[in-house]
Amino acid sequence: MRGGASIALVLTLLCGAAPTALHAEYGDVIINKRSDKEGVRPVVFPHWFHRIRYRCKVCHQELGFKMRAGANDVLMADIVDGKFCGMCHNEQIAWGPQRCDLCHSGLPGTPSGIIGGPQTSGPGRW
Amino acid sequence: MAWRNLGFRHGLRLRRWRVAAALGVALAMAGGLAGVMAAAPSLWIALEKDGVHDPRNPGLAQLQQPAEALAPLPRDTAGNQVRWVEALDSGAIQPRANLWTTAQVRTLDQDLIIAKYGSMPAVKFPHRQHTLWLDCENCHNALFKDKAGATKFSMTAILNGEQCGVCHGAVSFPLTECNRCHSVPNESLPRSAAR
Repeated sequence: MRGGASIALVLTLLCGAAPTALHAEYGDVIINKRSDKEGVRPVVFPHWFHRIRYRCKVCHQELGFKMRAGANDVLMADIVDGKFCGMCHNEQIAWGPQRCDLCHSGLPGTPSGIIGGPQTSGPGRW
Repeated sequence: MAWRNLGFRHGLRLRRWRVAAALGVALAMAGGLAGVMAAAPSLWIALEKDGVHDPRNPGLAQLQQPAEALAPLPRDTAGNQVRWVEALDSGAIQPRANLWTTAQVRTLDQDLIIAKYGSMPAVKFPHRQHTLWLDCENCHNALFKDKAGATKFSMTAILNGEQCGVCHGAVSFPLTECNRCHSVPNESLPRSAAR
């Protein structure tokens, strides 16, 4: 009886826990090259939000973001100078670089990476 | 009599164990079902609960929630749960193709068939759907040579985030959706198409 009960408990935990696993949205990029060191929250970049408004080519061609996640080295100074994110995040098209919290919105300590969603864990190379 | 009694008691214990196990499985299924049902109202996790955003961040309330943006778009079963190309084609979304009007917008309506006559159906690569989103330079010639047949494809490389895997598995539909690319039956192709 005790064996049955513990099996039941394990099964309940296993099946009950699976659907509640935490995942950011598919394609979200966590950028934490310097954030933790600088004492700000890491950046969470949502692809889903941006692709509703701009096609990939706008950022990955006009703005010069390399296609591979992690291949871009973007400094706040660049953004303030109107490069990369700063092409739109300039208080005219989208909020400006002084609104730190809106981009630096991640949990401190979250490593850089791209969230592949519930079915895949993202590209093998980061 | 004593032996029979023992046998009976053993049988009862076994039956009790079975009942407990069955009850356990039922409970587990109910637990799993409850978990799925609890998640059912939204296919998308709220930012403050996604394990990536900091719930203590005061700026979080000003960010758009995935469910608000994605729920009205054509439904998929993978990735963002959105059929992104259909969303474009139907006009459900109208994302800008350039920031500066001087930036040239290039599209190409051309299908490529990549056939190896292996165990999987051949791949149909549609330029149209890709150039709706991307510029030629995003793929050519760093990821793929711009001459048909000049690039050697490898599913291992793709699964490792190279070639198609730079986007598929990261932002575009994931690599679990084999038949969306491997969509052309080998029998339907002339054998001369083999490369």
